[in-house]
Amino acid sequence: MISIDWFLALSALLFCIGIIGVLIRKNAIVIFMCVELMLNAVNLSLISFSSHYGNIDGQILVFFSLAVAAAEAVVGLAIIIAIFRNNLSVDINKVSLLRW
Amino acid sequence: MDSATTLTSLIILLPLLGFLVNGLWGLSSKSFRQRKSLIGSIANLTVFIPFAIAVYFFMNMGQNAEPIIAELFTWIEVGSFSVDIAYQIDQLSILMTLVVTGVGFLIHMYSIGYMWHDEGYWKFFAYLNLFIFAMLNLVLADNLLLLFLGWEGVGLCSYLLIGFWYTDMANSAAGSKAFWYNRVGDFAFLVAMFLTFQHVGSLDFDNILSSLDAIPADDKFWIGLLVFIGATGKSAQIPLFVWLPDAMAGPTSVSALIHAATMVTSGIYLISRLSPMFVMSPEVMMIIAVIGALTAIVAATIALTQNDIKRVLAYSTVSQLGYMFLALGSGAFTAAMFHVVTHAFFKALLFLGSGSVIHAMEHVEHDLQEEGKDVHFDPQDMRFMGGLKEYMPSTYKTFLIATIAIAGIPPLAGFFSKDEILAFTFNAGMGEFAGSLYIFLWVIGIITAFLTAFYMFRLTFGTFNGSFKLPEKISEAAGAEKHLHESPKSMTIPLWTLGGLSVVGGFLGVPNFLLSTFTHQEEHINLLHNWLYNVTADYELALSHSIEWILMTVSIIVAVGGVYIAYRMYGSGATEESDAKLSDRFGALYETWSEKYNLDEFYEGIVVHPIVRGSEKGLAKFDMKIVDGVVNTVGGVVRLFGSVFRYIQTGVTSSYALALVLGVILVLSMLIL
Repeated sequence: MISIDWFLALSALLFCIGIIGVLIRKNAIVIFMCVELMLNAVNLSLISFSSHYGNIDGQILVFFSLAVAAAEAVVGLAIIIAIFRNNLSVDINKVSLLRW
Repeated sequence: MDSATTLTSLIILLPLLGFLVNGLWGLSSKSFRQRKSLIGSIANLTVFIPFAIAVYFFMNMGQNAEPIIAELFTWIEVGSFSVDIAYQIDQLSILMTLVVTGVGFLIHMYSIGYMWHDEGYWKFFAYLNLFIFAMLNLVLADNLLLLFLGWEGVGLCSYLLIGFWYTDMANSAAGSKAFWYNRVGDFAFLVAMFLTFQHVGSLDFDNILSSLDAIPADDKFWIGLLVFIGATGKSAQIPLFVWLPDAMAGPTSVSALIHAATMVTSGIYLISRLSPMFVMSPEVMMIIAVIGALTAIVAATIALTQNDIKRVLAYSTVSQLGYMFLALGSGAFTAAMFHVVTHAFFKALLFLGSGSVIHAMEHVEHDLQEEGKDVHFDPQDMRFMGGLKEYMPSTYKTFLIATIAIAGIPPLAGFFSKDEILAFTFNAGMGEFAGSLYIFLWVIGIITAFLTAFYMFRLTFGTFNGSFKLPEKISEAAGAEKHLHESPKSMTIPLWTLGGLSVVGGFLGVPNFLLSTFTHQEEHINLLHNWLYNVTADYELALSHSIEWILMTVSIIVAVGGVYIAYRMYGSGATEESDAKLSDRFGALYETWSEKYNLDEFYEGIVVHPIVRGSEKGLAKFDMKIVDGVVNTVGGVVRLFGSVFRYIQTGVTSSYALALVLGVILVLSMLIL
C-alpha cells in the first residue's frame, strides 16, 4: 500500500499549481480552472485522510464541495459570459470599470 | 360557517364586489365603460341584495333577540390586543343597515338617470358602491376599530365623490376641505379609542359596555367628549360643520347619499351605540345638547339667506343633525335614531328633488345654447326658477311632501320625530342636572322648528310657485319654459318611493301618550322604542300626558305658523322682494346670517393661516436644516470613509488574489508558530 505522504504531496503540488495559476494568469477561464484545481487538491487530501483513518466523513465532505463547486461554476461562467459580451474579452485586468 | 354568518358577509361583500367589478373592469376596458346599463345594474344589484338580506334579518329578529355576531377572521393580534373582523347584527345596527341599503339603493337607482351623460359613469358607481361598503362596515362592526375602518372609509369616499368633477378646482378643494375637517374629528376619536383600550383592554362594544365600571369617572368624561368631538367632524356640528355646505360640489345624488342618509348620521349612530357610557357622564350629555342646539339654530338662520337650492338643503341638514345631537344630549337616543330614519327619507327626497330641478335647469341652459343663444346662469340658483310646478309635477309633489315632512306638520314623518326630541329636551329640563339650561335649549329647539318650516317653504315656494323667472331675468332666454321637462322614470320612481316613506315613516314612533289618551291603556305602543329598548339607554320620559299634549300643540302651532308666514311672504314666488324685506327688518343680523357668521373666514384667519405661515417659516426651516441635515450628515460620513478607502481598490484581480493568499499564509503561519 502506498503511504499517505505521497497523496498529500501530490495534493500540495496541485494546490500550489492552482494558486500560481490564479495569481499570474489573465484569462478568466484559466483562472477559473485553476480554482477548480485547488478545490480538487483539497478534495484529494480529504479522501486520503478519509481512507487512512477509515472514517467516511471526509468522503461526504468531498460530495458537498463537488456540488458547491458545480453550482459555483454555473454562476461564474455566466458572469464570465456576461463580461465577454460587454468587453469582447475575458482579460481579468480589463474588468476595472467601477474603480476610482 | 352558519347561514347567518354567510348572509352577513354577503351584505358586506356584495357592495365591495360591485366596486371591484365596476372599478377594475372600467379601468381596464374602454368598451366596458360604454355599457352603461350593465354598470348601473351591477351597482344597483349589489346594493339591493344586501337590502333584501337586511329585510330578511329584520323579519326574523324579535325585539328581545340576542345580537347575532358574525366573526369572519382575526384581523390584528398583538399580545393581549386582538381585533376581529366581526359584525354584529342587533336591533340598532339592522335599523341603520336598512336605512343605508334601502335609501342607498333608491339613490343608486336615481343616479342611473341623473349621471347617464356623465363621462365618469363607471367611476361614479364604483365609488358609490365603495361608499356603501364602508358605511356598512361602520354600522355593522362589533368593535371600535372595525367601525373606525368604515368611519375612515366613508371619509375617503366622500372625498372622492365630493371632488368627483375634479377638473374644477373648486370641487377638488371642497373634497379636500371635507377630508381635512373630518381628520380633526378622527384624531379625537382615535385618542378616545386608546383611552378605552387602556382601561378596558378590548375594543369590542360588548366588552366595553359590560365593563364600564372599570373606567374611572374622569376618563369616562374624556372618552365621551373625545368620541363626541369625532362625531362633530363626521356629523358636521359646531365647530366642524363648515365642510358640509361646500360638499354640495359633488353630484346631487352624492349629496343625497352622504349628507342625508348615511355618512353624516354616523356620529349619531356611534353615540347611540355607546349610550350606556354617555348617560354616566351628564356633563358630556350637556355639552352634546348645547352644541346640538346651537348648531341647529345657527345653521337654520344661515339657511334663511341662501339662494342656491342645494345649499339651503345643506344647511338644513346641518340644522337637523343639530336636532339629533340635542336629542342625544337629552338622553333620547331612540328619538335621535328615529329622526335619523325619518330625516333620511325626506332629506334624501329633497336632495333628489333638487337634483331633478337642477337637471331640468341644466337642460334648459343646454338647449338654449343649442339654439345659438348665449345664455349662462347658475342652474342651482332659485332666483332663476319659480313656476316649475306646472312643468315638473312629480318633482313638485314629492318635494312638497318632503317639505311638509321636514317642517313638522302632522302626521308626516318629520313631525313625530321632531316632537319627540323636543319632548325629551323638555323632560331633561325637568331633571335635576342643569334643568334650566335644558329648558333654554328647548326654547332654541322651538325657534329652530319655526325657522325650519319657514326656510323650507321659502325654498319650495321660490322654486315651484309663481312664474318662471329665467325669461324675466335674461331677455335672451325668452320662451325658455318650453325646454323644461320632467325627469325620466328612473329618477321619479325613487322620488315617489321616498315620498311614500316620508308620509308613513313617522308612524314608526307614534308616542305612547297619544294612543293612551284615546284608549286609556298605558301600554308601550311606540314601535321604535320597543325595538331599541335593549340596545340604547334612554332617559325615562317623566312628563304627564297633559304636558305632553301642550308640548305637541306648541310644536304644531309653531310649525304651522312658520308655514303661514312663509306663505304670506313667498307664496307668490316673490323670493327676492321678500328677502329684501327680511334683510331690512333684521339689518346687521341678516348680514351675519348671509355671511354665514364668517366662520370660514374665522377658521381661515385663526387656524389655517397661522398653520400655513408657521409651516413656511418654522417647519420648512426645520425640515431643511435639521431633518435634511441629519440625513446629509450620515451620507457625508460614508463619503468621507469612501474617499480614503477607495485608493486601495486597484481593480486588478490578481493583486486581490495575491492579498488573499498572503493573508492565508499569514494566518496559517500564526497558527503553526
